Amino acid sequence: MTDQFVIRGGTVVHPTSIEVADVLVLDGMIAEIGIDLKVPRGTLEIEADGCLVGPGLVDLHAHLREPGGEEAETVSTGAAAAALGGFCAVVAMPNTSPAIDCAAVVAQVLALGRDTPIDVAVAGAITVGRAGASLAPMAEMASLGVTMFTDDGTGVQDSGLMFRAMEYAAGLGVTLAEHCEDESLAAGGCMNDGALSARLGLPGRSGLAEEVMVARDLALAEATGCSLHILHLSTARSVALMEDARARGVDVTAEVAPHHLHLTEESCASYDPIFKVHPPLRSSDDVAALRVALAGGVLDAVATDHAPHPPETKDRPFDEASPGMLGLQQAAALTLEALGGDDADPIRFFEVLSRTPARIAKLRDEDLRLGGQSAQGGAVAVGEVATLCVIDPAARPVVKGAALASRASNTPYEGRTMHGAVRHTVARGHVVVLDGELVTR
Amino acid sequence: MTMVHASPSGGHLLSIADLDRDGLLEHLEAAEAFGEVERRSVRKVPTLKGKVVASLFFEESTRTRLSFETAAKRLSADVLSLAVASSSVKKGESLRDTVETIEAMGIDAVVLRHRSAGAPAQVARWVGRARVINAGDGAHEHPTQALIDLVTVRQALCEREGRAAEGSGLAPFEGREVLIIGDIRHSRVARSQILAYSLAGASVRVAAPGTLLPSSLEGWPVEVVEDLDEALATCDVASVLRMQEERGSGSFVPSLHEFTATYGMTAARASLLKEGAVITHPGPMVRGVEIASAVADDPRCLVRRQVSNGVPVRMAALFLALAGPEGDAHD
Repeated sequence: MTDQFVIRGGTVVHPTSIEVADVLVLDGMIAEIGIDLKVPRGTLEIEADGCLVGPGLVDLHAHLREPGGEEAETVSTGAAAAALGGFCAVVAMPNTSPAIDCAAVVAQVLALGRDTPIDVAVAGAITVGRAGASLAPMAEMASLGVTMFTDDGTGVQDSGLMFRAMEYAAGLGVTLAEHCEDESLAAGGCMNDGALSARLGLPGRSGLAEEVMVARDLALAEATGCSLHILHLSTARSVALMEDARARGVDVTAEVAPHHLHLTEESCASYDPIFKVHPPLRSSDDVAALRVALAGGVLDAVATDHAPHPPETKDRPFDEASPGMLGLQQAAALTLEALGGDDADPIRFFEVLSRTPARIAKLRDEDLRLGGQSAQGGAVAVGEVATLCVIDPAARPVVKGAALASRASNTPYEGRTMHGAVRHTVARGHVVVLDGELVTR
Repeated sequence: MTMVHASPSGGHLLSIADLDRDGLLEHLEAAEAFGEVERRSVRKVPTLKGKVVASLFFEESTRTRLSFETAAKRLSADVLSLAVASSSVKKGESLRDTVETIEAMGIDAVVLRHRSAGAPAQVARWVGRARVINAGDGAHEHPTQALIDLVTVRQALCEREGRAAEGSGLAPFEGREVLIIGDIRHSRVARSQILAYSLAGASVRVAAPGTLLPSSLEGWPVEVVEDLDEALATCDVASVLRMQEERGSGSFVPSLHEFTATYGMTAARASLLKEGAVITHPGPMVRGVEIASAVADDPRCLVRRQVSNGVPVRMAALFLALAGPEGDAHD
């Protein structure tokens, strides 16, 4: 029975407090939380000593590659990777082929998501075909429950068009999520611009390219009142721009990717394209600033930017290789480590990986019924549908790309020891991952 | 013949950074010794007999390719030459597959030219036992061109003092001032030159419009020149770089005419050079843009000598990569 179980001995993480307690789930609903619970006969006992028990994780930013990129990932394999990573809901990015830029493709991906054990939400494109030329039918997509729109992969380069998109989105009450990089400044670059890129002879992709567009979009959001979400923010100066805008009352949120919290441009020195990503890996000063901003609340969420690529597009010269890296299965441990490892605040951990991203994606809205009845990012509380992530902060697994659930294996963490591991995942009231293994129902 | 130094990259020559001072000197001395072979009536030695050198040029090149292939033949190696235009690469084969296919034919060295920076480093990881020699990768490095420059300049400086270059060590470079002028940003030659000249003991300065300097020079052993004319008056070597129009350098300056007026090696600028100073150019020269025709033909300009040192320097590079104890250990 995957919907009748008790999770024993973990530390339950509430929005503002923690308690060591068992969690009993009956018929997929949280029935009781307390110490040494007596449970009905036939209840599955799940051990969670030393683990954190919190709401299921929510990823605002996953490239599931379907339709069109099935050699790298499918909604099904991506959802499996997500579940193993502790995620009960992911937002699928629209840079597919064709792009998710109309109701038909939205419906197709939502339908594929319903066949997975987790909730798959969809972000729609801002412009038709993500070509940056004309607005995509956002209202049509919003009527299917899409709450977030983005041309991710690139930002909307034309300022006039972005202004119009924001005016339109503000009226719809949806959020525009922007990949902030001005391509004319990024200039075809493939790693962080600076002394290292100059020495390596690789064209640089400057932090300035990001900051210029962050500044532009903050100004546009302020003028239009549109809700803006900044994807994978990567520089210290972008953080400062965010902080200023927020002080002025701009409706803005921002996410950071796990790789920008851990890896630096130095990784590119061996010309291994596994470390190529947009925006690029930055300096150690940027990494330090992002960590402070995440712990301190300037950055709202961690989002994976999970970007599977087949070997034939990664095993190439650095400047020709596809940008992007896997993230779903390592995000929880990397976030815990970035928040301080053993000293990490568990409340903040579930805020940045579950509660806040759920709020940004509006996953609790009444009009969004993705096929589950789950209350993603909600409280671990009696009467709620069980949606849980159980993570063991003391586990020290070593990453093996070939063993990951994704079709692709382009992880930049090969051979790295993770500080923590997701042990169990409960989605839509069912145990979907038990002791690090997928449960087949 | 000189003793072979075990270079840090394990026999590959991917960057001048793979060499220490001993390794650099070894290349210069071996090139002098092979230059001697060039002057014999039978210009061939059996040094690399039985070895196979693959010459893979994924980017247009005439002189570098000919020079490497000639060098391999003078050393009695067999040369396997991949003409990219007619190869499977045109049919969509990946660099990795091309290299692995060629390696399966049993090669000992790969001479690689590629438009992408870092391609030789990647190939070095993919091949099992073959040694990789970088013949120019994107805007990264062109180590043998820098070695040619150092061999040529050492010869010129030694001649000036009436002594032989061979056996002169790195002393001729001590305290010298090298001025590199032009498109530093896109130049793989400049990157190799900066490392090589500073390793040899010279000080290196660069002169270029702001757009043709790398975006950051932090940590580089160079100084940026503010007044080109002043710097010309004190330098011992003026290294003029080609404007790399194929990498878009033309759009980094308002016009080639303006570049010539501000940074070109005109006759007027050449006249500012102190006595005994020399001019180098990696070729091919674009006369009238970065170098005036009269300066190119001036005896102080070593460009023809650089070309004739191409084969011995590449013989040295192949020899040091393949004939050393490490190379044999893999056999």
